[in-house]
Amino acid sequence: MDRGLLQQLLADRAAGRAVVLATALDDGEQHLLHLGDAASEMDTACRTALRFDRADTHEIAGRRWLFNPYNPPLRLFVVGAVHIAQPLVALATQTGFAVTVIDPRRSFATPERFPDVDLETAWPDEALAAHVPDARTAVVTLTHDPKLDDPALATALRSEAFYIGSLGSRRTHAARCERLRGMGFGESELDRIHAPVGLAIGGRAPAEIAVSIIAEIISVLRQGQ
Amino acid sequence: MKGTADHSPLGPDAVLEQALAWREAGKDVALATVVSTWGSAPRRPGAQLAVTREGEMAGSVSGGCVEGAVIAEAREIMASGEPRVLEFGVTNDEAWEVGLACGGTIEVYVERID
Repeated sequence: MDRGLLQQLLADRAAGRAVVLATALDDGEQHLLHLGDAASEMDTACRTALRFDRADTHEIAGRRWLFNPYNPPLRLFVVGAVHIAQPLVALATQTGFAVTVIDPRRSFATPERFPDVDLETAWPDEALAAHVPDARTAVVTLTHDPKLDDPALATALRSEAFYIGSLGSRRTHAARCERLRGMGFGESELDRIHAPVGLAIGGRAPAEIAVSIIAEIISVLRQGQ
Repeated sequence: MKGTADHSPLGPDAVLEQALAWREAGKDVALATVVSTWGSAPRRPGAQLAVTREGEMAGSVSGGCVEGAVIAEAREIMASGEPRVLEFGVTNDEAWEVGLACGGTIEVYVERID
């Protein structure tokens, strides 16, 4: 590997830029790829490696290439500083997510309730948009309040977030989808929202529901579903 | 070939940081990267091991099973500059000899840091 290429890779990492090191296994030709850098087949392989955070080989134009991804940290935005958010923050932190809790209701979003986590009291859509959710970002809304959840979901749906989940029953979610349709979102976009949120493990207590949510996020992250 | 990119317990780029630091200190350095695995292998594709001619190591490409063989090849690659793909494929019977007690198969790409 060229030393300059290694220095550039480390500079990308330090700047939080997702980058893939592509290596031709026949003669060692190497490229640092960012999304959209390369021609279609290389870009698809690059996207897949970053999306699943998995090194893999691909045959391109008769040559075997290794695509090794270097991703920025995972992020989770929790909208709603409610009871379920407390165990969810703990579990997500343990699982390697940088967590931000967003709730403009200052009585909920207190450092006493949420020590050791980034708390934001801006309106959820503004707070989310400022952070630009990317393909390494999960967004979960927990407020049940359309005034807070809907703008956050709309912002998440316009982003590359790999996971969007929203707490609420099937009936609540059907009404939510109706409102989002009214905002111009189509069915394929609404299908991105995981609701009812979490894997179906029969969770009842807030911590149990938090386990089902983090399990679903990991499942989508690692298995794409 | 499932599993996550598995770079280092010290952080994904700690191995590369170390490799660059060694190189900038004037040492000969080779970098080994797991290309593919089959069966039970302790490290996933993307896992990396940096080594110097003096035998210093950072990271890993297995659970200690094939590092010795990789380091021997890495010394040749440091000299020639020609990268190489090494294959360690072992049956359960042979596994004990090479050290892949799990019986897995791995491919490792080894290159010199120029």
